[in-house]
Amino acid sequence: MDLQFTPQEEAFRAEVQTFLKEKLPANIAKKVKAGQRLTKEDQAQWHAILNERGWYANHWPKEHGGPGWGAVEKFIFDTECALAGGPRIVPFGVNMLGPVLIKYGSEAHKNYWLPRILSGEDWWCQGYSEPGAGSDLASVKTTAVRDGDHYIVNGQKTWTTQGQHANMIFCLVRTNREVKAQAGISFLLIDMNSPGVELRPIRTLDGDHEVNEVFFTDVKVPVENLVGEENKGWTYAKYLLTYERTGIAGVGFCISALAKLQVIAAKVYKNGKPLNQDPLFAARMAKVEIDLENMKTTNLRVIAAVAGGGVPGAESSMLKIRGTEIRQEILSLIRRAMGPYALPFTDEAQYAGYAEAPVGPAEAATAAANYFNYRKLSIFGGSNEIQKNIISKMILGL
Amino acid sequence: MNFEHSEDRRMLADTLDRFVAEQYGFETRNAIAYGDVGMAPALWNQFAELGAIGALFPEADGGFGGAGFDVAVVFESLGRGLVVEPFLGALMVGRALVAAGTQAQKERIASLIDGSAIAALAHDEPGSHYELSRVATRALRNDGGWKLSGAKAVVVQGEHAQLLLVSARTGGEVDSEDGISLFLVPADAAGVVLRGMGRMDGGRVAEVTLNDVQVGADALLGAEGQGFATLELAQAWGLLALCAEALGAMEVAKRDTLEYLQTRKQFGVVIGSFQALQHRMADLLLEIEQSRSAVINAAAAMDADRSTRERALSAAKYTIGRIGTLVSEESIQMHGGIGMTWELPLSHYAKRLVMIDHQLGDEDHHLARFMALGQGA
Repeated sequence: MDLQFTPQEEAFRAEVQTFLKEKLPANIAKKVKAGQRLTKEDQAQWHAILNERGWYANHWPKEHGGPGWGAVEKFIFDTECALAGGPRIVPFGVNMLGPVLIKYGSEAHKNYWLPRILSGEDWWCQGYSEPGAGSDLASVKTTAVRDGDHYIVNGQKTWTTQGQHANMIFCLVRTNREVKAQAGISFLLIDMNSPGVELRPIRTLDGDHEVNEVFFTDVKVPVENLVGEENKGWTYAKYLLTYERTGIAGVGFCISALAKLQVIAAKVYKNGKPLNQDPLFAARMAKVEIDLENMKTTNLRVIAAVAGGGVPGAESSMLKIRGTEIRQEILSLIRRAMGPYALPFTDEAQYAGYAEAPVGPAEAATAAANYFNYRKLSIFGGSNEIQKNIISKMILGL
Repeated sequence: MNFEHSEDRRMLADTLDRFVAEQYGFETRNAIAYGDVGMAPALWNQFAELGAIGALFPEADGGFGGAGFDVAVVFESLGRGLVVEPFLGALMVGRALVAAGTQAQKERIASLIDGSAIAALAHDEPGSHYELSRVATRALRNDGGWKLSGAKAVVVQGEHAQLLLVSARTGGEVDSEDGISLFLVPADAAGVVLRGMGRMDGGRVAEVTLNDVQVGADALLGAEGQGFATLELAQAWGLLALCAEALGAMEVAKRDTLEYLQTRKQFGVVIGSFQALQHRMADLLLEIEQSRSAVINAAAAMDADRSTRERALSAAKYTIGRIGTLVSEESIQMHGGIGMTWELPLSHYAKRLVMIDHQLGDEDHHLARFMALGQGA
């Protein structure tokens, strides 16, 4: 039993910290810490900085341009980035599609698409969910019908995060309606600029535009854009959903959100005393701090098991549930800490550069919007209820 | 990073588990736990021979372990078997001797390790309600040494102890950390009155009254008025032990409840096929894993500075208190009517899990303490 990182791992942490100090643009870190919205340019800039160092595709094996890190290095990197105010890496191309192409793509796919992910030439989004296929993903209805050298795609995808920035989308499409739901699905790469692709924004409850609907009307897709075999897409989709989820708890984001909460609770006053001396508020903070300390160790236990050759299976479902619960609770406490100043909402104040004087505490401008925005955490990536189904089947055997 | 126990510790746990399974099975356990004696002296001696007590002490003091993870491994195993033998007293009194004893006083540790002497911490008082610094029992210095008077509450296995470690005030206000002194009191000293009784979850406790109990000058453990730090350290070991014990009990409660969900049929199907129960069971699993992490954090913190150690322990006891009660209540509920019965082993695990929250400070007490420690208390 040894809870310490090795000297080599600590040296790696120091290397990451130095890199972040030197290379993470201050204006981007400031936005992240303030909970302000990022532009596509902010994200592209951060991806390019990481790629230059060889750390962008940090889940990829070395031969495809990854750094060859193990689970521990990835955990350290993710945590340090989050603590420094690094933006979350937009996962669709580099963390989701990349590993699928590496495992199931043809040589031509790998040679063509992987470098374009690294360079940022392609910006990918994910075409999984449909209006009638959310948690029940295998019921996708968007069809792809073979017509010579092309598939003709018709249907609709939804909840397409950052689709407005993307030029490419990877989709689950139905290529066989005669068989069981999972058996008739294929994995197709579609150019968003093809005729017949139409994107409509979905405005979320915090006023943000992050997600979209994507409509496909007789869209022609070259057959070489099929990944792997026709009707085997479910296998690839599942691989994508379970790929490398030891970082799913978002420990770094939780720690950095808790630190923000503690700063706020020391400077927001209630009846002459800081909130951190209000017994009920302080108790809520202490509870979530203890939950986080416990989860950190749970996460390290899973990572140590993986580093020892194990596979993070349903354990990552536990990390997802508890990690998102903790982060949502912290965001909820930040919102509560604003008191009545959680009410005023100015859309422009969600972005950096808003010139008007703030009302209430500085964090009040984004506190409620962030809280509502991050309700998504327990819904996306397999809702927390779906995670409990997975635990129930895979670990408990029920 | 490595979250595997060492080979030695795994062997110790295996040995203990096997011994408990063979000699301390459920029927035997209940006969002991709810019997007139509330412990089994012969089995206690066998535990000592197996090294279960020695594992709680460092080599320098005659043991062969004594690290946080040694204590955790032993008590987790005891928790799996709902063992009611006086381990907690041996640990807390013994570690106080290790920390503050003179050479002569430390010689008593050997008799704890070989099982020939039973020790109990007599600290809580009727009105203290977990507050460690609240001590109303008085000790007055006289020609012969010290004279003690006061009342001590719910002393675990107090009837069987030959050696009582008694906290008494030699100065300061009733709730002051300063002015607490610790005394090694023979249980048969004149003026020690015990009123023994059974416990909700098995085993026995005693209310202890000290009526002008005269002890020698050599009964004082550590410096006069400076006993709080030793008391806190003894409590620290006790907290770790109770948390690990609870973890062992939770694992059994989980195993039994899961097995019930997989076999009990209603509406023609096993009840584990109902999502309402599946999700509750998934929650329990998740929470128990958090408890395990809390125990790991606490065990690892035993060597840290006082503030880090005590914060990790209060975090763990809070976690265990909350989750232990949850596991208890959910296990009973998912068993339905049978979960309410005396004959079902699960119900005794459920009782133990809740009662652990009543020893050395409950969930609320330790949450408040965690907060106070964070603000520099």
